[in-house]
Amino acid sequence: MSPLARLLTGRLVLGVITLAVVSVLIFLATEVLPGNAAYAVLGHNASPAEVHSLEIQLHLNRGILAQYGSWVSGLLSGNLGTSIANSSPVWGLVAPRLVNSAVLAITAGVIGSVIAVLLGVLVAARKDSRLDDAVSSLALAITALPEFVVAIALVILLSTVVWHILPGVSVLPPGTYAWSEPRLLVLPVAALVIIIVPYIFRMTRAAMIEALDSDFCEMARLKGVPPRRLLLVHALPNALPPIIQVIALTFLYLAGGIVIVENAFAYPGIGQGLVNAVSARDIPVIQFIVLALAAFYVVVNIVADVTVLLLSPHRRVAR
Amino acid sequence: MTAVRSTARRAAGAAAWRRGPRRSSLDLLSRAARTPRGMFGLILAGLVVAVAVIGPFAAPHSATAFTTLDYAKPSAEALLGGDTLGRDVLSRVLDGGWVLLLMAVAATAIGVALGTIAGITAAYLRGPAETAIMRSVDVILSFPQLVFALLLVSLVGPRLWLIVLAVGFSHAPQVARVIHAASVSISERPYIKAKELNGVRPLRIMLGEILPNLVTPIVVEVGLRLTFSIVVMAGLSFLGFGQPPPAPNWGYMISENRVGLALNPWGVVVPAVLIALLTVGTNTFGDAAARVSIGAAGRPSEVALAGAAIGAVGVPEETIDAGTDEEGGAL
Amino acid sequence: MAAGHSGRPAADSAAGHLSLEVSDLVVTSSDRHAVVVDDVSFAVSAGQVLGLVGESGSGKTTIALALLGHTRRGLRITGGRVRLGGRDVLGSSPADLRRLRGREISYVPQDPASALNPVLRVGTQVAEALRVHPGTTDDPQARVHEVLREVGIAADREMLRRYPHQLSGGQQQRVALAMAFACRPRVIVMDEPTTGLDVTVQRHVLDTVRGLCAAYGVAAVYVSHDLAVVSGLATNVAVAYAGRIVELGGTERMFHAPIHPYTRGLIGSIPSAHRSEVLRGIGGQPPRPGRRPAGCAFEPRCESRTDACAIRPPDPVELDGRTVRCIRAAEFLDPSLRPHPQAAPAPPVGESRLAVRDLCAFYGERQVLSGVDLEVRQKQCVAVVGESGAGKTTLAQCIAGLNRNWSGEISLDGRPLDPDVKARDREVLRRVQYIFQNPYLSLNPRKTIDQIIREPLQHFFRLPRADADAEVLRVIEDVSLSASYLDRYPDQLSGGERQRVAIARALVVKPEVLVCDEVTSALDVSVQAVIVELLRRLQTEHELSMIFITHNLALVRSIAQACIVLSEGRVVEAGAVADILERPSHPYTVRLIADMPLMPAESAGLPEQAGDLE
Repeated sequence: MSPLARLLTGRLVLGVITLAVVSVLIFLATEVLPGNAAYAVLGHNASPAEVHSLEIQLHLNRGILAQYGSWVSGLLSGNLGTSIANSSPVWGLVAPRLVNSAVLAITAGVIGSVIAVLLGVLVAARKDSRLDDAVSSLALAITALPEFVVAIALVILLSTVVWHILPGVSVLPPGTYAWSEPRLLVLPVAALVIIIVPYIFRMTRAAMIEALDSDFCEMARLKGVPPRRLLLVHALPNALPPIIQVIALTFLYLAGGIVIVENAFAYPGIGQGLVNAVSARDIPVIQFIVLALAAFYVVVNIVADVTVLLLSPHRRVAR
Repeated sequence: MTAVRSTARRAAGAAAWRRGPRRSSLDLLSRAARTPRGMFGLILAGLVVAVAVIGPFAAPHSATAFTTLDYAKPSAEALLGGDTLGRDVLSRVLDGGWVLLLMAVAATAIGVALGTIAGITAAYLRGPAETAIMRSVDVILSFPQLVFALLLVSLVGPRLWLIVLAVGFSHAPQVARVIHAASVSISERPYIKAKELNGVRPLRIMLGEILPNLVTPIVVEVGLRLTFSIVVMAGLSFLGFGQPPPAPNWGYMISENRVGLALNPWGVVVPAVLIALLTVGTNTFGDAAARVSIGAAGRPSEVALAGAAIGAVGVPEETIDAGTDEEGGAL
Repeated sequence: MAAGHSGRPAADSAAGHLSLEVSDLVVTSSDRHAVVVDDVSFAVSAGQVLGLVGESGSGKTTIALALLGHTRRGLRITGGRVRLGGRDVLGSSPADLRRLRGREISYVPQDPASALNPVLRVGTQVAEALRVHPGTTDDPQARVHEVLREVGIAADREMLRRYPHQLSGGQQQRVALAMAFACRPRVIVMDEPTTGLDVTVQRHVLDTVRGLCAAYGVAAVYVSHDLAVVSGLATNVAVAYAGRIVELGGTERMFHAPIHPYTRGLIGSIPSAHRSEVLRGIGGQPPRPGRRPAGCAFEPRCESRTDACAIRPPDPVELDGRTVRCIRAAEFLDPSLRPHPQAAPAPPVGESRLAVRDLCAFYGERQVLSGVDLEVRQKQCVAVVGESGAGKTTLAQCIAGLNRNWSGEISLDGRPLDPDVKARDREVLRRVQYIFQNPYLSLNPRKTIDQIIREPLQHFFRLPRADADAEVLRVIEDVSLSASYLDRYPDQLSGGERQRVAIARALVVKPEVLVCDEVTSALDVSVQAVIVELLRRLQTEHELSMIFITHNLALVRSIAQACIVLSEGRVVEAGAVADILERPSHPYTVRLIADMPLMPAESAGLPEQAGDLE
């Protein structure tokens, strides 16, 4: 097996283990509810009969290992259980939300990454100029803003108070997908883009500056290499690894930020689903969404690590 | 050999310019405060902290009393108008910050303390302890902070102490990673080995030799984590998982007053602006502290700064054994 | 003349142009107006090599880069002229400057590992030197192969497709040389290109450089701190100190009869492999950039200083075919005024102190030491010599207990030592002390010098405060530092001073065995001499046993009585220092000695001084 394939396999195994551990943690956590889980959901006024039937539904009348076992086997076979709040299959509830969130996240992620990297490369070449100072300070300020502030600001600016060109909420008829009404996507995507661009921009700028300051770029200058080639052929390939790392982390950050932004715009995605589930203590839904997010993280990490290694021959170091 | 010589020479070059050593955390903070960025951040954050702390004593009305109409426009009675239930926005704003602030500070303290202990221990003791700690860190980092807090909240209900613990606990892995990385490089240094060679106990080395050298990254992390604490706490409040109503809370105010934005925007704008100013202030100051600290040791590493902001600790270094050729070059 | 030669140098001398001419070069810092390079002038003709010699703070790298019109961050060229075959470099537009760099004047960096782009293949980087200068040659492909062959690298496809990290240090430097010679430039500037390379590889690289310069009539500027290397390569030498050239002239004369006190001090600091000498270093350290004294920069450290020296910087004077900046230059022509090297006395040795028998050490899975034997007696210094990777530091770490992965026996006064430092007896730990290589990392930056020295003392002895004070004071003065150092932090000390503190820290607990792991490798030559002398004196005064690890064979003579030579984890030769250096038996040792660059005084055979006392 080639070294790279070996690395990939190793990472996949690690990822699966992480997911397994996460699943155990989620499961244990939801079982550790003080008092009986069914009571916690139904309240203490519930009749014993109601409690009993809910217990059966939640498999609480069996041993913990058995419960975990049935949950995992259910997961793997596609049966995710039934939502407590809705009495409908979890998958049916969550799937469209998953898709909507994916559309939102990927659109925002791609647009944001492209803008940020271009901006970062541009600014790095003009370090310490007025453009650099202005953009960097703005980036610093935006990273500090909570996501909902950005969302609200956009709503105030473009929807409610100042101008009225875009819808302030992105409510979709249940069951439809986001791309059927693109106007509803604009503000949430814009909010997420604004949130993530500063991080990626900052790292791009930093990595480019560090590459341009390096010994090998100095050597290239002393060889007579012209500025554009220096930037694109010498500096940029060396700056990519940390940039990719940050883009990966940004996707993870998106997963959190998406919860708030979706809530702010009433966007029917997985973030909204999670918040609703938490309010209703809808355990099966919570379990699945959290697991999905963890899986997302693992996949993003693997992709990022492998990409970085592909781009940097010198990190595949022999002892 | 080359590496030592060139590092030594570069250090000598840097030493030629240095005026004096870095001392305590106070010194670092005061130096940060003197930079334009630091001063800006300090003033901004300071203003908001003042509002939050003094506010409750200056509020004209009770924060929970119904003094005016729903979404009333600003008047002499209610300078910022009414909120969604007809309460005085100004009073609610003045009263709605200190709990948030307190919770954020507490969560930061817990997170940094836990993370530092975990990081130093993992780095110095190495072996199974390190693997256990750092793998747990990786697992917890699988969740965005907010989701983690939400998960915990979903189990026990939105108790304030739990939210503080949850957010604090979610900071710990981030801090642990940073401190671990810093401690690993310190642990390899000859002055640590010199202590080991004399038989000094590990605990003594961790506390007496390593920890003093971590003051700088710890202070920087406190700055960054504080910002995120406030953001997450406010976010949780926004989602409805903060103080139970009718208590005033900046985050929740933004959410509950959203519907009437067109009628009276102040119920949303003022708390939003306050939160924004606070976070921008702490972030800018934290950034200034980071610049001042890294600059003291040599050329500031922009990548480290940018990475710290989002929690990255450098790029993975994989080693794949591929053999060597005759002259000793790696294959 | 080799084929493909451009014929430029002939045209140069015909037109009366020197290949490189520097006049009154001044470089200052961009912000604080501190002068880093001051009034530097020299010239190099085609085929000649100028050695630019200096220690840290001399400004030699700054001068080297300025020849290409380049400065590092924070510096600016504010005066003077650099002419390349008559063409003005400093006044060129950025586009013209780019055309000159690499084509007319090229640069060979100090650290090839970091100067080669890690993500570009070797072949691409060499070809790039031609690609950015179109018109240099009709067939770039052929030129790439040609130049790689000339520097001694097999230019097959496989090599061209490699990445820099897949090459050894020597190969990387050859690639850098190839890039520099690719366009057949007029002038080449080499910045310590052999630092960090093993002696044998260094020799090969130097031979290559010499050959190429001769073949293509290239004028070269060779920047170095290593006088021995320079003496073997350069036609002329310029000695730099604190940004000024203090002496400039022909190599032969310069080394046989140096005039400037700094030059003399520098030459006196260099250890000789052929005589056991007391090394004469230069006390103090060079001034920081921007903190130069008003008069002669060297005056504070000069043994021959007068009050007149401190008034203004001396003007250059022509003397004995050289240019010297010293107001007393004429006096120093007189050979009788020059101090002669003294022989170093060797103390009588005592009982066996530390013995290593059949040591086999491992680093993970790899075996790094095989069957090593070593014995150190009381009052004796044993040197452990070898190139990088030979296992010297591993040996030291095994003795100290930092590396537990070994088999065999290490015993102190007959009692075997436990491999793990945590299992060793306190007394044993106290009796064996260790001094590290890197002075910049061996002192805790958060502690004062007083704390650094006091802590080990109190760890072992728990003395009352007054007694502890006295001990700390005693030991700091023993290493020739004043008590005022005690309140300072390591950042405020120079490399040599820090190393002295490290020695004081070791001495304060009254050890019996001192392990010195390449303790002078990170220091300037003049400082190295001071530290070595200090160690020698302390060893005698305190009757210590010392294990001195080094890669510098010549240094061994000045400090050790016995020595072992390590190669790839095995002892290839052991015995008295004089025997090994004068009559080496193992081929590895023979090669090592042969590849050592020699000072002209040694190769010419000076009249014997007190001779060897071994």
